[in-house]
Parts: sequence; structure tokens; C-alpha cells
Amino acid sequence: MPSPELIQEAERQLTICNACRYCEGYCAVFPAMELRRRFDERDIVYLANLCFECRACYYACPFTPPHDYQLNIPQVLAEVRLQTYAEYTPPRVLSRLFRGNGRLVAFAVAACVLLVLLAAVAVQGSDAVFGEPAAEGSFYQVVPYLAMTLPALALSGYWIWALLAGGLRFWRSTRGSLGDLVDGPSLSKATKDAFGLEYLKGGGEGCTYPDERPSASRRWLHQALVAGILLDFASTTVAAVYHNFLGEDAPYPYLSLPVVLGTAGGALIVGAVLGLAWLKLRADPLPAYRRMLGLDWAFLWLLLLTAATGLVLLALRDTSAMGALLTVHLGIVAALYLALPYSKFAHVVYRYAALVRYRIETARQGRAV
Amino acid sequence: MTGGPARPGYDVVVVGGGNAALCAALEARRRGASVLLVEAAPEHLRGGNSRHTRNVRYYHEREDHYLAGSYTEEEFWKDLLQVTGGETDERLARLTIRSSADLGFWMMTNGVRWQPPLQGTLQLSRTNAFFLGGGKALLNAYYRTAARLGVEAVYESPVSDVVAGGEGRGVVLEDGRRVAAKAVVVASGGFEANLEWMAAQWGEAARNFAIRGTPFNRGRPVQALLDKGAKAIGDPKEFHSVAVDARGPQFDGGIVTRLDTVPFGIVVNREGVRFADEGQDFWPKRYASWGGLIARQPGQVAFSLLDSTMAAEFMPSLFPPIEAGSVRELARELGLDPEVVEETVSRFNAAVREGTYDPTALDDCHTAGLDPPKSHWARPLARPPFLAYPLRPGITFTYRCLAVDEGARVLDEAGKPMAGVFAAGEAMAGNILGRGYLAGFGMTIGTVFGRIAGREAAKHALT
Repeated sequence: MPSPELIQEAERQLTICNACRYCEGYCAVFPAMELRRRFDERDIVYLANLCFECRACYYACPFTPPHDYQLNIPQVLAEVRLQTYAEYTPPRVLSRLFRGNGRLVAFAVAACVLLVLLAAVAVQGSDAVFGEPAAEGSFYQVVPYLAMTLPALALSGYWIWALLAGGLRFWRSTRGSLGDLVDGPSLSKATKDAFGLEYLKGGGEGCTYPDERPSASRRWLHQALVAGILLDFASTTVAAVYHNFLGEDAPYPYLSLPVVLGTAGGALIVGAVLGLAWLKLRADPLPAYRRMLGLDWAFLWLLLLTAATGLVLLALRDTSAMGALLTVHLGIVAALYLALPYSKFAHVVYRYAALVRYRIETARQGRAV
Repeated sequence: MTGGPARPGYDVVVVGGGNAALCAALEARRRGASVLLVEAAPEHLRGGNSRHTRNVRYYHEREDHYLAGSYTEEEFWKDLLQVTGGETDERLARLTIRSSADLGFWMMTNGVRWQPPLQGTLQLSRTNAFFLGGGKALLNAYYRTAARLGVEAVYESPVSDVVAGGEGRGVVLEDGRRVAAKAVVVASGGFEANLEWMAAQWGEAARNFAIRGTPFNRGRPVQALLDKGAKAIGDPKEFHSVAVDARGPQFDGGIVTRLDTVPFGIVVNREGVRFADEGQDFWPKRYASWGGLIARQPGQVAFSLLDSTMAAEFMPSLFPPIEAGSVRELARELGLDPEVVEETVSRFNAAVREGTYDPTALDDCHTAGLDPPKSHWARPLARPPFLAYPLRPGITFTYRCLAVDEGARVLDEAGKPMAGVFAAGEAMAGNILGRGYLAGFGMTIGTVFGRIAGREAAKHALT
């Protein structure tokens, strides 16, 4: 659970909010807040993860600093979210270490790259890694197939486990049971809210980001990012099918399905990350929580490095740089997978769970946004 | 945008930075006038009491996206007549109502967004449209539109004098700077935040008033015109006030200090005795009288007392109630005489004639043989924990203002327009709402007369 001081401050702010309610048209946080008169830790953790940080309430609020009430809802909820990520995702030793810690992510990236590189050189020999490729883009000459896929599968299993376990802990803390999840209409509405980024719409005109003018840019960039990640996931899946069921080994031609999907996905990720970073650089710092920004930046960098090294690897796969590039790319992917459950990516699980809770709760109350 | 005006003179200078001021500035600018808006508050506190508003009432024949059914001119007029008890200028009132037709559309074209219907606690209303995010969001939208159109705005620039017509016409800022203007719109609100002036009317009691809105409504531009012979409307002692949480700030507490607890329990003063019928009528009809009732109690303070059965019947306020296990203990925590309070509560409890409690109707739960009585919703305070909220009068706005005509022209004692000076918003609302209160009507007057003033000021300046 987040620290008692933070919970107390969030409770103070939400109690004032709940006596005003002018912001109820912006997102799900306020209607959910209105179902309560008092806020305990669990309510606050739930509401914090329901917030998409669109910031509309911050600019609409007549009580932001320097007003006596010192309301800054996006900021205090971001702080609670950061503590949620740190407290809910197992193992706690790791999640606390990573809390808003960009430097640690950078270190993990360097360590993973070095590890993959050393292992490749030690096992395959430096000629295999740094020499001319024996055939066009023969990745498995540098890192054998099993040495590539088994650790990848293990790391995937790891981050999926960590996030699901964290999500489950969160779900229970919102007073949810597993039985509650058997609710088709609520799940489908929540899924639509999630994929539609419903609450980055700021009540219709777009969220007030990077400044007080409503804009749809952040929402569309985020959608592009999601699309890029899904395309890359599709690319990997298709490649796995080719390899295991059709007997076709990488490298695949430039116009093959895995390469086209992967390239489009990579390009979308790079473009979206650069766009989001551009917005973030210009964003009003007042409604932000500083340490959450560390988490944001670290994840943006990880995504950018992953996608960019993947694209460069593709472009230079026939040159002598391929071996080094492949190890660097795999090292970065390894770091991404390791850091994923403690990174900004965790919001996918916690926000989705909060959206499901919201849909269930409002369906029971017979009203919804 | 802070710092001084970019030019020495403008066609139109608008004094104030709230809803009426923005509507005037937008309208004047659209008619081709160069416009400077002079706001007393710093940028982050701009917008006067409009920051605390939430909806606007307007006349409409047909349902639109933000209002259900129809709200006709006659119905609107009757509502106004009832709350003002006739203290209204029918000509100006009907002009306001008629000009408010489909106001929602004009507001939207200037950037205001509406709260979608059937959302949260709000159902689509028939009389009042709710803007998305409340008054500050509305103001932000108007300021953005104004900036796009080329309206200049300066902040932290309180105006001390308004010079009508002729040589030196324009405004004088409190720091002595002058801005020339062919026409001036005074939309600087009322004077409720000027506690010295309030003290002149109310004496020491004024110290204990909470001012619910901006600390920048100090009334100097309006007074400057009154000193120059403008005609005053309204009693300087009168204001609209409600009961607010006494623990709130003295200024700018906003909507969240309001307490709706009164009809559920009993209210005692500093001496520990009741002084008014808490259940006389529905709260929406009575809440505005409780500010005045408390203002006339010793120390301008009162205490709303409840028991645990009543704890969830009202909107939560910004502070939790003060709680205690017994009435005596509660009185002690409030600094009241425990003997007296206990006596008041037990006398009240003994007088309660319990019926069928129904907060949605004027029910038959009342007291017998008690003075003052509690006519409805009377239930004994019996189940601990006992709860209390300290109350103070919270002043929303003042009524005294400048007399105007249908062109928003400020009139002199003789009823003749003062050349080139216009008024909008609370600076003239008393012409139409001379007494009482009608939800969302301040925004109606501000928007309608803001637009009229802007239009007429531009016309005056450009011809």
C-alpha cells in the first residue's frame, strides 16, 4: 500500500473534489469518486489507476496552487500510481528498486547488451559475431536459434507472470473477487474504453496536453504506439509460425509478411515515441509528478532503442555490422522484458483492471459515463 | 500577457476579467474594435466569481443538446418575478430573457463545451445548461478565443478610476498608469470582497463574513462612477449569502464550503440555543436565507448538529464533521456550554412528533410546542456518534450596482446615459435581480449584457 502520508494527502484532496464535482464530465475518476463519501487506501489506489492523466481537471480547477486548498489531482494520483506499481508488482525488491528510476533502467540495458555480447563471443567466437556474415543475415550464426528463443520465452513468461500477479493483487485490493470478472458487458465496455483511450478525450475535445489547450495529439500518438507494438508482436508470431510449422528460417525476404509487419511496427513505434517525447518536453510541469516522469522517460527510451536497433539491424543485416547489431538489439529486448513489469508498461494492467472495476461498479449503481 | 498594455489607447477597454468582461471583449473585437481587457487578478486567478459558476439558465423553445424540453419567456419571467418579489426592472429583465434565446449555441461557437447529458450526478436539466468542467474551463475557453481574435489582456491591473467621455477618457489603474479608451465597459463585479465597505454597513460583524468568491471584487470602478454622478441601484447593505463551513478560508472558498446539512438536524447559535425553523421549506428554497440568519447571530456563527442516522443525507463538504460520542462532549468540542446544548437537544427531541420521514416531500415529521418550531423532517438526535458543522455566512455577491439602460449604457442620476461608459455582469445585475437568487441567472445576465455592452461600446468607439 502507498505511504500513509500520501494516502492522507490524496484523501484530503479528493474530499474537497467530492464537494465540488464540476469535473464529472471529464473522465471516469469523478463519477467513481461520487459513489463514495470517504476514501480509504483501497479507494484511492483504485481512483489513482483510473486516472489517465489527461489533466483537464487541473486546468478547470479553481483551487489549484497557490489557492489555499492546494489541489493538484493529476499530480497526487500519479504519485499514488507510481507507488502502486512499486508495491503491487512482484517481486517487491525489484519493483521498489525500479520505482521511477531511469538510471537503473539504463544500467539494465547496458548490462544486458554486454551479457548477450560476451555470451555470443564466448560461445560462437568473435569471428561469428564481428566477421562477415556467412550468408545473408544469418542471425543464428551469431546467436543460435534456441539460445535466442529460450531466454526470450523465459523472460516473456517472467514479465507476464509479474504483471498478472500484480494485477491480481490490485484487483483484490479494489475489493474485487475472481467471480466478479465473469461479467461480459462490463469487460467489453472496459476493453472498449481501454483501446479507445476514452479518457484521454478530456470529455470530448481532447486532453489538455502538453498545455491547457485541448488537443488530440497525445491520444493519436499513443494509438500509433499501440499499433506499432501490436504489429511487431504480429511479426514475431508470424515468424514463429514460419519457422516452426512451415520450416522457413530467418532471414525472411524484405517483402515477406514478418519483415513488412515488423518494419511498419518499428517505424510506427519510432515515430510515436519521438512524437510523445516532443510533447513531453513541452508539457506543463505543474500537473506532473516528477518521479513518474522518470518512469515515463525510461520506458520511451527503451521502446525507441528496441525499435530503432531492430530497424537498423534489418537495414544492415548483410554487412559485417550485423553480428554486433544483433547482440545489441537482443540485449535491449532482454532489458525491455526484464524492466517491463516495473516500467510505465505496468499501467496497461492496472488501468485496465481499474476500468473493469469502474464498469462493474457503475453497472451495479445503474449509471455510467 | 502580464506587464503593461501594448498601446497607449484602445477603442474599447473592458474593466474586469470574468464572464461578462470576456463576452463584451469578444463581441467588441468581432465588430472591429481594438480591445484591451484589464483584469485585477493575476493570470492564474483571473475570471472573478465566474470561476465558481457551473451552469447558465436560458430561454429556449425547443430541446437542444444540453437542455431538455422548453423553457419559455413567460415561465422564465415568472420564476424571476417570484425570487425577486418584484424587485426587477421588467424592461431589462424581459430583454435579458429574450436575448438569452439559444445562448448555448453562441457560447459553443466561442469555445465553451457542455457536459454530456445523463452523466454522473446530473440529469439533463430543462432550465440550466451545465458547462463542461465548470466556470474556470469556460473562462479558459473564452480567453483562448479572445487571444486568437486579438483581444489584449493585462493582469494584476486593478482600476481605480473610469473617465467618461471628453478629455482623458479611459481608465486609470491603481498604480497611476492611464489607458485611453473611446469606450469603457465596466464588468468588474460587485464589492463583496471589500471588507472595509462591508464594515461600513455591518460594523464589526463584517469581520466574520466569509467571501465565497474572488478577493478581487473590491468595487472601485463602480464606486468611481457613482462618485461621478452615476445612478445607484440596490441597497448597499444587501447581499446574497448562504451558510458555509466556518472552517473554510475567508476568501475564495468556492462551492465546496457550502453546507446542506441544516434541514436534517438542528442549528444552534453560540449560546447553544436554536434560533430558526430548520425545516420550514425545501432547502433549495431556504438555503439562501441562512446566510442572513447566521449573520444576525452573536459572533456570526452557528452550529449544525446531527446524529449518525443523518450523516449521509447531504452532499459531503470539504471538511469532515466534528464527531463525539455524546451531545455534551460534542458541545465541549465546539466550545459551547454543554449544559445548554444538552438542554436544547433534549427539549427538541421531546417536542418531535414523528411521522413518516420523507426528505423529498414536506413531510409530517414536526415539533409541537417548541419555539422556534421545526416544521418538517424533525427527527430526534439520539443515535451516537453526534456530528457538528460550524457555520458562517458566506457571501456570494452584492446587489448594489450601476443603473443601466437597454444598451448597457451607464445612467446618471437624471437617467441620462454617461457618454461611452457601459456596464455588464454583477456591476449592473441588480437592475434585473434586485433581490433573491435564481441558479445560473448571473451567468445569463453576464453573457447577455456582456454581449450588449461589447456591441454598443464598439459602435460608440467606431462612429
